[in-house]
Amino acid sequence: MSGIPHDHYEPKTGAEKWLNRRLPIVGLLYDTLMIPTPKNLNWWWIWGIVLAFCLVLQIVTGIVLVMHFTPHADMAFNSVEHIMRDVNGGYMLRYLHMNGASLFFFAVYIHIFRGLYYGSYKAPREVTWIIGMLIYLAMMATGFMGYVLPWGQMSFWGATVITGLFGAIPGIGEPIQTWLLGGPAVGSPTLNRFFSLHYLLPFVIAALVILHIWAFHTTGNNNPAGVDVRKGSKEEAQKDTLPFWPYFVMKDLFALVLVLLVFWAIVGFMPNFLGHPDNYRMANPLSTPAHIVPEWYFLPFYAILRAFTADVWVVIIANKLSFGIIDAKFFGVLAMFGAIAVMALTPWLDTSSVRSGRHRPMFKSFFWLLCVDFVVLMWAGAMPAEPPYSTISLIGSAYWFGYFLVILPLLGVLERPTAPPTTIEADFNATVKAKAGKGKVAPEQIPAE
Amino acid sequence: MIKKLALSALAALAIGGAPALAAGGGHVHDYAFSFEGPFGTYDRAQLQRGLQVYTEVCSACHGLNLVAFRTLTQETGPALSDDLMRAYAATIEVDDGAGGFRAAGSPDHFPGPVLENAPDLSLMAKARAGFHGPYGLGINQLIHGMGGAEYIASFLTGFTGVEVEQGGAIFYENSAFGGNVAMPPQLFEDGVEYSDGTPATIEQQAQDVAAFLMWAAEPHQTERKFWGFVGVIFLTLLASLLYLTNKRLWAPIKDQAKHS
Repeated sequence: MSGIPHDHYEPKTGAEKWLNRRLPIVGLLYDTLMIPTPKNLNWWWIWGIVLAFCLVLQIVTGIVLVMHFTPHADMAFNSVEHIMRDVNGGYMLRYLHMNGASLFFFAVYIHIFRGLYYGSYKAPREVTWIIGMLIYLAMMATGFMGYVLPWGQMSFWGATVITGLFGAIPGIGEPIQTWLLGGPAVGSPTLNRFFSLHYLLPFVIAALVILHIWAFHTTGNNNPAGVDVRKGSKEEAQKDTLPFWPYFVMKDLFALVLVLLVFWAIVGFMPNFLGHPDNYRMANPLSTPAHIVPEWYFLPFYAILRAFTADVWVVIIANKLSFGIIDAKFFGVLAMFGAIAVMALTPWLDTSSVRSGRHRPMFKSFFWLLCVDFVVLMWAGAMPAEPPYSTISLIGSAYWFGYFLVILPLLGVLERPTAPPTTIEADFNATVKAKAGKGKVAPEQIPAE
Repeated sequence: MIKKLALSALAALAIGGAPALAAGGGHVHDYAFSFEGPFGTYDRAQLQRGLQVYTEVCSACHGLNLVAFRTLTQETGPALSDDLMRAYAATIEVDDGAGGFRAAGSPDHFPGPVLENAPDLSLMAKARAGFHGPYGLGINQLIHGMGGAEYIASFLTGFTGVEVEQGGAIFYENSAFGGNVAMPPQLFEDGVEYSDGTPATIEQQAQDVAAFLMWAAEPHQTERKFWGFVGVIFLTLLASLLYLTNKRLWAPIKDQAKHS
């Protein structure tokens, strides 16, 4: 499967040979599990396993929750309370599923930003990156529709606002919105189709995850040094890599359990902390909440959506140039989807020949500023759409687009990167030595080279 | 520096979230409830007093439609005896489904609101947990354990005595709400008589009914915290074992690297 030379599965017993001639599934699993993995992967590489765990957790808890849930506008809210009160362990299932979504998005954001820092999107891993972005989009759709199901106030009004985005498309928007909702407004038909799709999409995600893994198993993992595994011979490759099992399985499992420790404490001790209290009030189409805010993981993009009001000059220009077709609302929708689109296009926007951000001094500062920008946008998205928050959102949005559309293309030309290590082996040895030196300063520990 | 900032901001976000804004912006007092913190449990006597306040005061207008009478016997909740719970339920009339009323039994739920504009209180303690301040960062909730129960107690004791007439109706200023509300003050000194001899001050009644409503909104809180604790212990042990396994596994590899 991988382009890195390594030992392949050889069926030994008669039964194995019999099966292998008919369905080489053991070989497929063996090669997947034993993939040569760069030795020098650091702790930022553990979030993929966390994400795989999240997908399984959400599907398993979700399937059981469905057994007790009623997708009807009059009964959904009470059926969730039935789960919380009467179903054995139902409160745990529901809180795990609810906070599981938060863990899922927390992990995916770290995973994405890790990719952005270490240049994991660059050739030859563009397809892995694109599939990853599709997974992220499917996650957003799934998360959004799942939040509608408990039929609380924020469920209802969130659904109204977000489907309204499609209504902002000039000309065809309103029929599309009606088609999505199954009626003129959010109601039982909306709840039913969201329920259906919320059940379907995780399996689409699972299929995309298989493609994601297949793609990076073909190219091999990226690594913090950003240099390729030597592929001249098996011996050479073995100096740079270790098999995924057991080395990285154990490392990832340890990290996963640490993450789950924090997750479990949140579920056990403060399960409603990340949710909006208004969602414990049943949906009421006649009473609009004072502030409609989405879940925390949508807030950065929600801030971008709201940042472009009619008095912003780019909006005014777009409006004039399009003869009024693009109004502020539609511009905001375009900006929100555009913010994700520019991220998906990073492989072609980043012109630098050096892959890892570790060896790019100027890039580093801009990257960390992007992380700060993301957090600031998240905070601004939760605030009311009024000054100074609207101005902060606008500056934040400008930097977001500026980073991908201006800074990344220019940096490749302007920046003088430092020299990456020659091999992964050299990087790994240097890192291990540096860590050993930091712990103990005994002279014999300092390598003489 | 920027890296550190970004990391701490990410960490704050991980624990802080940023969902809710303080509604109304009123003042909420940080009461000390027995069910706060990772090991806090409901005070049985307080829940029973709260049930009394709910029955004698709140239920005149409000409802508690998601709560079944049978749950009043819950060990970690009010823990009424089975006989007492049935006797209590029998004093309350519920819809008999044929246009009339009958005495409630153990599997029935509390009746819904009596007045149209009086909300059902079943989930009020969770629906009013929204003052995540300051700056929407959730610090008060995280550090001081302030939630909906604090809001309810503050609301019930927060009437300033100022009355305003608007459009023919009287509104009452409330400092916890941070504005005028349609509900008049309901708690009075010795308004109820506690059988356990606790002096029925306004503060006492407010805290008791707030605790009861917290239980009504989150009846399995104690069990949830128990499983949370069990899970944390289990995962800590598992993490320690995995740490040692991983260290041992990588030791020869790192040793080789050190001596390269």
